[in-house]
Amino acid sequence: MAIQETARTPDKASVLNDPKVRGWIYQIVVVALIVWFGWEIITNTAENLKARNIAGGFGFLNINAGFGITQSLITYSELSSYGRALVVGLLNTLLVAGLGVFFATIFGFLIGVARLSNNWLISRIATVYVEVLRNIPLLLQIFFWYFAVLRAVPNPRDSIALPGDVFLNNRGLFTPRVIFEEGSGLIGWSVLAAIVVWIGIYFWARRRQEATGQQFPVFLSGLGLLIVLPILAWLVTGMPLSLETPELRGFNFVGGTRIIPEFVGLLLALSAYTAAFIAEIVRAGIMAVSHGQTEAAHALGLRNGPTLRLVIIPQALRVIIPPLTSQYLNLTKNSSLAVAIAYPDLVSVGGTVLNQTGQAVEVIGIWMAVYLSISVLTSMFMNWYNSHIALVER
Amino acid sequence: MKRTILPVLASAAFAMVATAATAGTLDDIKAKGHVQCGVSQGVPGFSNPDDKGNWAGLDVDFCRAVAAAVFGNGDAIKFTPLSAKERFTALQSGEIDILSRNTTWTMTRDTTLGLNFPGVTYYDGQGFMVRKSLGIASALELSGASVCTQTGTTTELNVADYFRAKNMQYEIVAFEKADEVVQAYDAGRCDVFTTDASGLYAHRLKMTNPDEHIVLPEIISKEPLGPAVRDDDVAWFKVVRWVYFALLNAEELGVTQANAEEMKGAESPNIKRLLGTEGEFGPSVGLDKDWALNVIKAVGNYGEIFNRNVGPDTPLGISRGLNALWTDGGIQYAPPVR
Repeated sequence: MAIQETARTPDKASVLNDPKVRGWIYQIVVVALIVWFGWEIITNTAENLKARNIAGGFGFLNINAGFGITQSLITYSELSSYGRALVVGLLNTLLVAGLGVFFATIFGFLIGVARLSNNWLISRIATVYVEVLRNIPLLLQIFFWYFAVLRAVPNPRDSIALPGDVFLNNRGLFTPRVIFEEGSGLIGWSVLAAIVVWIGIYFWARRRQEATGQQFPVFLSGLGLLIVLPILAWLVTGMPLSLETPELRGFNFVGGTRIIPEFVGLLLALSAYTAAFIAEIVRAGIMAVSHGQTEAAHALGLRNGPTLRLVIIPQALRVIIPPLTSQYLNLTKNSSLAVAIAYPDLVSVGGTVLNQTGQAVEVIGIWMAVYLSISVLTSMFMNWYNSHIALVER
Repeated sequence: MKRTILPVLASAAFAMVATAATAGTLDDIKAKGHVQCGVSQGVPGFSNPDDKGNWAGLDVDFCRAVAAAVFGNGDAIKFTPLSAKERFTALQSGEIDILSRNTTWTMTRDTTLGLNFPGVTYYDGQGFMVRKSLGIASALELSGASVCTQTGTTTELNVADYFRAKNMQYEIVAFEKADEVVQAYDAGRCDVFTTDASGLYAHRLKMTNPDEHIVLPEIISKEPLGPAVRDDDVAWFKVVRWVYFALLNAEELGVTQANAEEMKGAESPNIKRLLGTEGEFGPSVGLDKDWALNVIKAVGNYGEIFNRNVGPDTPLGISRGLNALWTDGGIQYAPPVR
């Protein structure tokens, strides 16, 4: 059969039929629509607020807040501004989210690996943990941890005294606080020095192992440095540290450092809940690495520990990181449930500000902008990390 | 209002965007057939659903009175339970017609939120509740105490002011919902529970052992509680305000739920004007002539509402105090209907 080879000479087509031009037109129209829609929302809201005599703008951020906050990482009093109160809330959110991510990752990895264990009991316990924790709504778990913690511990007058002047009661956990006196700066520098040396040892040991095959106990020596160096510095500078111990005075303990029960309850709930999801992600990641890899590692003489650490996990991480990022974002956003148990996070403090000032649109705008920024930053970091550990084709 | 379709689209994105309030609230309400009333999420005596799901309380009865004035029927009403934080936005955006949710009348709220307060249905003040076992008799002994309260209320500021003025230490623990405040205080998280004194009596009923708690004598603030409406509709504001005055005038003139019908034939011109047998007072605010009669037949006068919901014979057991009529030593006072 002969193939017709008459190439179709392009007719003088209208510019409108050019797919490229069309594509541009569609995109411009869509962008214009979106911009117009956003503009309409903003102007309409402003106009309606004005029409109803509702004050607007962000000037309220400089006004005295006038209310107290239980937990604050920076100095804050009733005389501070609304803006500062919001910063206190933001820092509290970051604190609980950061620690939550840390603990959830550790528990999640342990439980995920435990679920694949050959030991029947361990794998079943991990299965039960995952199924129970991820199937109960988070808010209920927060209530459970908070009120369970509260009911389980006594009131301040009958506090549980733990060794080392640590006290536990339903107002929180009270520990002695280290007071840094004059001349204690060297201790801080010694900690920094220990960390720098630790990193140096790590690279030196790796190069030596690649060259000679000999191993060096990097972790133990680094840990030793981190303990010994500051103690040395402390002795040399003439022991400039003292302890402030908590004391029962009136209603409650005074002095020392205090961890409030709202924080403990929220942190427990967030980490335990997210750990269940991370465990499943870790399990999926490990199972995605073919069993042949384990067999090959064993054939090379690696024991179970190094096999998991050096062969399986690095390959599994590529599967784990993207869904893990989502879990980190979820945890951060879920921390806004704090308001239910009076932990002063951004939503809780912002809610108070909203009510005292009545600036609903502005405060909700700040909330959304802050959570969006935190999430985008987390995403960017995790994407960078993901591309860093991705398979490098040689 | 700018254009017509846009507010509809935009209101999906922004609660603040208009739901065209052009026709006037009273006409809108008459058209839809009921009054939408914003109430609390459960404060016994003020607005609380009973075991059959019917709302009851002083604030609820005030809404019923407004519904009776408009429709002649106190049941032409729907309720929206609101948290302290949501309440003003719900009113501003037109989701509710009237906010009757033990809301304190303050200058900020009156001037910057686009609200109007037609009257004070309950004169209150903030108090403290503590455990009897602490052996405390005065709020001046509270230095260093943990204080539980609900977030988004004037109470947070009052506590801060009070403790600061007295140079006492304190720790504030602020929860989103009143029920959680009660639970946390009951679990021993706090030494003190603070809110408006009426609220303390109401919430005490929810404790495991109500008898173990006492309300301290100090009242640290003025809390004039009352309904609120939007300030872009003066006509509706006047309706609500005069329903409140009618309730007070009815008590002053001795008109009750039981005798309202026969009082129509009373000699007193004051009663005649109130009940609409003389004059054109109802139509002057856009209502029927017998608007006040309908109100009193539906919920009774102010004294009856008070006694039924929070008075000495109820579990709350609150005496009239400041809320007595001016003729009985209180400060509830209404301009005359004439």
